[in-house]
Amino acid sequence: MIRRVRLAVATVVLAGLVVVPWVVDDYTAAILARTLALGLVGVSVALLTGVAGMPTLGQTAPYAAGAYASAVLGSQVSDVGVVQVAVAALAGATLAAVTLPLIVPARGVIVLMITLAIGELAVTVLGRWRSVTGGTDGLAGITPVRPLWGLPVLATDQARYLYTLAVVATLVGAVLLLLRTRVGPLLRAGRDDEMRLRASGHRVGLYLSGAHVAAGAIAGAAGSLLVVAQQYISPADFGFDTSALLLLGVVIGGTASIGGALVGAALVIAVRDWLFGVLPGHAPLVLGALFVATVYLLPTGVTRVRRPRGGSRPPIPAPRQPAATPTRDRGPTPELRV
Amino acid sequence: MNCLLSAEKISVRYGSLAALTDVDLCVHDGQRHAVIGPNGAGKTTLLNVLGATTRPQRGTVRFAGRDVSRLGPAARARRGINRTHQRPAVFATLTTIENIEVAALPRTIRRRRWWPGGTRGTARRLAAGLLDQLGLSDLATVPAGHLAHGQRRQVEIAMALAGRPRLLLLDEPAAGLSATEVDRLAELLAALPREVAVLLVEHHLDLVYALCDTVTVLRDGRTLAAGTPDEIRTSPLVRQAYADGMS
Ligand SMILES: Nc1ncnc2c1ncn2[C@@H]1O[C@H](COP(=O)(O)OP(=O)(O)OP(=O)(O)O)[C@@H](O)[C@H]1O
Ligand SMILES: [Mg+2]
Repeated sequence: MIRRVRLAVATVVLAGLVVVPWVVDDYTAAILARTLALGLVGVSVALLTGVAGMPTLGQTAPYAAGAYASAVLGSQVSDVGVVQVAVAALAGATLAAVTLPLIVPARGVIVLMITLAIGELAVTVLGRWRSVTGGTDGLAGITPVRPLWGLPVLATDQARYLYTLAVVATLVGAVLLLLRTRVGPLLRAGRDDEMRLRASGHRVGLYLSGAHVAAGAIAGAAGSLLVVAQQYISPADFGFDTSALLLLGVVIGGTASIGGALVGAALVIAVRDWLFGVLPGHAPLVLGALFVATVYLLPTGVTRVRRPRGGSRPPIPAPRQPAATPTRDRGPTPELRV
Repeated sequence: MNCLLSAEKISVRYGSLAALTDVDLCVHDGQRHAVIGPNGAGKTTLLNVLGATTRPQRGTVRFAGRDVSRLGPAARARRGINRTHQRPAVFATLTTIENIEVAALPRTIRRRRWWPGGTRGTARRLAAGLLDQLGLSDLATVPAGHLAHGQRRQVEIAMALAGRPRLLLLDEPAAGLSATEVDRLAELLAALPREVAVLLVEHHLDLVYALCDTVTVLRDGRTLAAGTPDEIRTSPLVRQAYADGMS
């Protein structure tokens, strides 16, 4: 019953998104396309933060890797969008795989700090590596892509929007399907009680690694979409404010919810753009305050991250004990999942 | 004598407190072995050492002829040691049946079906069967976080069984259960296939005497006595220990 309602809502929303370009102007279509790309990064953040219980501020790193790989490498390989998305996903996954040894042994707030550092490092590298990335000036003059072999190149904002929508819908659908196999329960089980999962013989580190690499691939693919949607990229697209906004969006959307992550990311981007207009210079401050408020007020906030099983004595020695997070609500909280 | 599980000279200290001192234990294939003792005797600590969540300062653990002292909890579980916890541990946001399915997966995944959906059917059938045996079928789709304490305990027992253990470690499985639930638990444990060895930590002595063929008594981290239920029941030493422990 609930599943049917969800399916209906998702269908209506998707239909609405498909007709949008015939209703709005070019400028709005371009913004919407960019928002969809960010929403896809938000999905990767939700996968890690909400589903697997690894809060992250570093998904901008594979996002950036995907964007630059797509713009620099992908465009030389082929002008076919799907190929560029694949190249970008590979770049994002590779970057995620390289950072695995730092992230998988860590838990809780430490993960936030490490991923934040990785994200910042990525932006610094992008700014310095002028010969490839164009430095802080960014990369313009992106060659137009065609979605598939034999199709015309995407020449209008509307066309680019529809292409972005198609790729995002496909990837989000794939994530949702994957989470309905045993992958979903296994990741959520690890978030609920990691020690219990180990006690059943599961290789938890392997699952977390898989989730992290998959999330990297998704963020990388989103990077390729950003290149198409925006026709220009610079390190500013991947800064700390983007990571923070994404986490905020995911928290607002209900951390464990893939659909919620999309909605939340869109909402946050809209608020930011609107705030830039009415409160020039103060938008980061307001968003920061909003973030703190959300974390403390929403029951499904980032406090529901991977944590030790409350109450029982900690194993001694504790090799991979998660950082103790205040236990607020032991019971499951209803989540909106599309 | 070859033991399925043998622990030799296990010592665990927490600061100045000796939780276990030179404890030896041998569980044979298919044996029903109880560990009893007053509160704080070190029973849970011993199970934690066997399940690898506590690393002893001294001592070795062997299982099925191999030294498993250096293996972690997951690796030991895959070799066939499954356990429940004194404070029941379940996956709160997963439904009851999903909890058991997840616990069953390491065994069903082995069958080399790599597509992630492929093994779920087997695990689900196994889980449904276990829920039925425990009389919990009505709760199959309830999130485990919503269950009462006694129900969680039973779900965790089902989870341990779903791993198809060769050795089942149970930490006070009857605590917090109603009389009917204890009866059902006793039935379930009595009906376990003979290949499964059970190490049962329990204060509920009727259950211990009904089920087990060997009893080890711990007190203050040391083995006080070991023997058949009859020997233990009549041992003045054990009575004394319990009288002291409870006062
Ligand atoms: N992580 C820990 N840190 C410090 N002391 C501990 C820890 N775990 C256990 N202890 C102490 O070790 C001793 C043995 O504890 P244990 O939990 O093994 O006893 P038990 O026999 O299981 O008792 P109960 O019947 O109450 O469950 C107790 O004195 C306990 O306080
Ligand atoms: Mg105990």
